[in-house]
Amino acid sequence: MNINAAGMHFKELNEQIKTAGREIVVDNCMGQRYIGSGLAGKSIVINGTPGNALGAYLDGSTILVHGNAQDATGDTMNDGAIYIAGSSGDATGYAMRGGKIFVNGDVGYRAGIHMKEYKEKSPVLVIGGAAGSFLGEYQAGGTIIVLGLEHTKPVGNFCGMGMHGGRIYLRCSVPPKGLPRQITVEKASEEDMETIETYVKEFCEIFGRRECMIMNSDFYVLRPDSKNPYRQLYTQN
Amino acid sequence: MAINFLYPDYEVVRDQTKCIACRVCERQCANGVHMLDETLNLMKSDDAKCVNCHRCVSLCPTRALKIVKTDHTFKENANWTGETIKEVYRQAATGGVLLSSMGNPKPYPVYWDKLLINASQVTNPSIDPLREPMETRVYLGKKPGAIQRDQNGEIICNLTPQLELDVPVMFSAMSYGSISYNAHESLARAARALNTLYNTGEGGLHEDFYEYSANTIVQVASGRFGVHKDYLNAGAAIEIKMGQGAKPGIGGHLPGQKIVGDVSRTRMIPEGSDAISPAPHHDIYSIEDLRQLVYSLKEATDYQKPVIVKIAAVHNVAAIASGVARSGADIIAIDGFRGGTGAAPTRIRDNVGIPIELALASVDQRLRDEGIRNNVSIVVGGSIRNSADVVKAVALGADAVYIATGALLALGCHLCRSCQAGKCNWGIATQEPELVKRLNPDIGSERLVNLIHAWQHEIKEMMGGMGINSIEALKGNRLMLRGIGLNEKELGILGVKYAGE
Repeated sequence: MNINAAGMHFKELNEQIKTAGREIVVDNCMGQRYIGSGLAGKSIVINGTPGNALGAYLDGSTILVHGNAQDATGDTMNDGAIYIAGSSGDATGYAMRGGKIFVNGDVGYRAGIHMKEYKEKSPVLVIGGAAGSFLGEYQAGGTIIVLGLEHTKPVGNFCGMGMHGGRIYLRCSVPPKGLPRQITVEKASEEDMETIETYVKEFCEIFGRRECMIMNSDFYVLRPDSKNPYRQLYTQN
Repeated sequence: MAINFLYPDYEVVRDQTKCIACRVCERQCANGVHMLDETLNLMKSDDAKCVNCHRCVSLCPTRALKIVKTDHTFKENANWTGETIKEVYRQAATGGVLLSSMGNPKPYPVYWDKLLINASQVTNPSIDPLREPMETRVYLGKKPGAIQRDQNGEIICNLTPQLELDVPVMFSAMSYGSISYNAHESLARAARALNTLYNTGEGGLHEDFYEYSANTIVQVASGRFGVHKDYLNAGAAIEIKMGQGAKPGIGGHLPGQKIVGDVSRTRMIPEGSDAISPAPHHDIYSIEDLRQLVYSLKEATDYQKPVIVKIAAVHNVAAIASGVARSGADIIAIDGFRGGTGAAPTRIRDNVGIPIELALASVDQRLRDEGIRNNVSIVVGGSIRNSADVVKAVALGADAVYIATGALLALGCHLCRSCQAGKCNWGIATQEPELVKRLNPDIGSERLVNLIHAWQHEIKEMMGGMGINSIEALKGNRLMLRGIGLNEKELGILGVKYAGE
């Protein structure tokens, strides 16, 4: 089903999406917020620019955006997949619990912050371009991959501040400087590279990139050295 | 070994003529205070480990035990009190931030105790609640500004979702993790029996408690622990936690030792990992951003749930509340600086925020002045200690109140203020299975129901005395209050006259 979103209020658009069938194409999208909020079992293609909180609490749908997305894409998303052909704004993947987000271009500040995981449920955020500052802040689980394509530096400042779980893979020949003390940086192991390759393959299939051009580089992995980064700070009173 | 400068705060006094060395105290104390000297067959105690929780005292079959505050003292000094000196010692020894629990214990003014309630005499009759109907039911949520009718003159129902409470008292947010499974079960069952609500806090909701959905407020905080579609739908309302009275402006930090088993699963972080809630929501830097979270939650739940925004009472609370009332939120919860906590930095707890009485009065007045009071209901907490506090809060403008410390006391808490240690001997603020099972939810929920029923009777008595038979008619009715021992400024902010005026 095609929905022409031109001039439509978000409430109206989201209501139509909820009542429509499984396959939905939204044309002329222009900043409507909360598209796909909490939705399960749908496949949505968006032509244009969706507004903030695209796919918040997403519970198992697929969203493909031909264009850029704005802030808080996939906020607290639980399951499903979001593919952004352009770039995505700040706090992309905030507190993700599961599912996948693939961004062909860049992401803003604080992407992937507070991502979680529990046993087999582990979210993935793949960024084709570069990430702004505070990538993976407070990260408690999950996987972030930054490919840094067409960029000299994959991440901004303060990457992994307060990180206490999960992993961040960066495609670069030298790891970024000034990482927080509680982060260990290593060259990606063979096992790591297998994980990376799986997602790079999917990334290339979706966005028509060439896998060999991406895997032909070093990858570094950032991991926290403690599950309790702030334990020493307190004294019982 | 370094010298320990700290003398124990409490002393365990054991009457050896009564003690039968049955070792109950030893088994009951998770802090390891009591031990048997087998050669002498005498119970001994290590005062330094005692937190004064009274578990041993309550269970001693011969009443051989009592705990006293030590009379050991520093040289008297009004500026450098013993407590202040000890805190310096603690920090000098460890380099750590002082961590405390439960509400602000400092002797700041308690304005509830400086407000007096009116009663009818001669000129208008008081009402006897034992014989006449007395309404304590309230509905929380946005109230429409006008009645709308269709072309046939029929009323169009434009009422957004409301919460119905038989008594204007709810149990405020305490997460599964900070308190135990049995404590949550007690609160959930009591909320159902009382037709009111309890609040999950930010630790998610154990699947066993989804059945209490109609009496549950689910919380969404900056860490987003346990937040997913089913969780949001499991609540009768959703609360966005922006702040907490015990620690305004800072986040939460549940230590990894409490992240075990079901707590780990419910929060969705690995066992042993710290659960860190950042100080801000990193997608909220303005009222416009708050509006975004409010509406993303409403969209995810098809506009079926009222959204509560909880803020701490801070200096500009009236202006902040005005913004919140325009954000699309249905209810504002304000938490005063005496509100409890499972753990907060001592300095924040004791020095940041303002009293709830002043915050409530100024928020209610501000929203009235701006003509937006009916956009939102107001719920206040931190701290409401008894039914008179409830009546005074309603008269100052609250729609309902939140209680938590009072509820924990009903469950057996003795306010030893050691929740952060995770070794609660009463089975409340702990995740150790041996301790958790000490709290029986059958008894716990019954005690909570008893407490609120008792308060409800007292509220009705006080309302009846004022000649008011519906709590809605008391709301914001500040003429029913008079101040005592207050200065002009305080009376002005509270909007009440002085006793005798």
